[in-house]
Amino acid sequence: MRPSVEQIWDWLDTIPDPEIPVITLTDLGIIRDVAWEDNSCVVTVTPTYSGCPATSIINLEIETALRGHGLEDIRLKRQLSPAWTTDWMTQRGREKLENYGIAPPQPAGGPDKCPNCASSNVEKLSQFGSTPCKAQWRCKDCLEPFDYFKCI
Amino acid sequence: MEAKFEALLRLGDNALILGHRVSEWCGHAPVLEEDIALANTALDLLGQTNLWLEYAGEVEGKGRSADDLAFLRDAWDFRNVLLVELPNGDFGQTILRQFLFDAFNLLNLRALTGSSDPRIAEIAEKAAKEAAYHVDRSSGTVIGLGDGTDESHRRMQDALNLLYPYAMELFITDEVDAEMAKAGVIPSPDTLKAEYDALVNGVIAEATLEKPEAHFGHRGAGKTGKMHTEHLGHLLTQMQWLQRAYPGNAW
Repeated sequence: MRPSVEQIWDWLDTIPDPEIPVITLTDLGIIRDVAWEDNSCVVTVTPTYSGCPATSIINLEIETALRGHGLEDIRLKRQLSPAWTTDWMTQRGREKLENYGIAPPQPAGGPDKCPNCASSNVEKLSQFGSTPCKAQWRCKDCLEPFDYFKCI
Repeated sequence: MEAKFEALLRLGDNALILGHRVSEWCGHAPVLEEDIALANTALDLLGQTNLWLEYAGEVEGKGRSADDLAFLRDAWDFRNVLLVELPNGDFGQTILRQFLFDAFNLLNLRALTGSSDPRIAEIAEKAAKEAAYHVDRSSGTVIGLGDGTDESHRRMQDALNLLYPYAMELFITDEVDAEMAKAGVIPSPDTLKAEYDALVNGVIAEATLEKPEAHFGHRGAGKTGKMHTEHLGHLLTQMQWLQRAYPGNAW
């Protein structure tokens, strides 16, 4: 008997993002659909950034995880449109990011507070950071530099 | 050659060659933050390259992958504008070139989101978000350096004098552009010029720079592949070295 779509979503919800393992792929909002097409399990994934090197690892991890649950016929579909937006990140994902020390995306275009000391006295160091999805900021009170998850 | 294939090569090759040029800064930028920013910009451009050239290969229908197109063509088969193949020069020159390209790329991609070809529209939708971020950074840095010290101002003005005429190649419209525009696939580049001028003139003014007369370098020799600068060949020897030395090697 094949597992339900809900069951597959639950499995996918346990796969950590390879670059920010504190959140899962579903937290990130990049899994757009799970469906059965005939006997194939089709998982639709959208890239965060077109050149994100984690994309192929993410596909591999989805496939490995689902195989681990006994699925054999798995198809991964890339979907570019609608383009990924940080609006699709879950509330749980945002909280986990912040607890981990990465300021979650804000519509205003910058972090609302330092993830370490919660001060709002922060400044931008660079529009880019250690992965395509992050920028570098610094807190002017606790003086700690921190990553900010870019809002796109 | 089919017009759509040709047009996709132009999109892909601009992103590829500029992406490679920008990646040459990796480990050499003046400060760590700029090093990371340049590498990220290059990464976005290479991602966009992959999407364009993958589709170009499908349209061509000869089984060529994005990698085949990137690594196994010679200089005369490249369709990028001359602007993006020029050597990096100093940091200011690299950033100014980036801004002149980013501004075009953003306007072009936004227009492409309305393409009659859904695949082109969806690639453009993805890439336009990245390009908007690039414009934000490169315009800010051009303003900071142009309206900076005497030394940085002088260097930015020199870079603008050198590069601005090359940027005009982006707006040359030929028969490929005309055919694509007529089919609603890709907007004619000359239709983007007014908006480009408004964006670029504003940033140049804020950077306290003066736009030079653009009287050469814009004959469209790069985008048609008729004649590239000698720099492209040198770039390819490095970019394509692995596949040339070890054909078919993969990891």
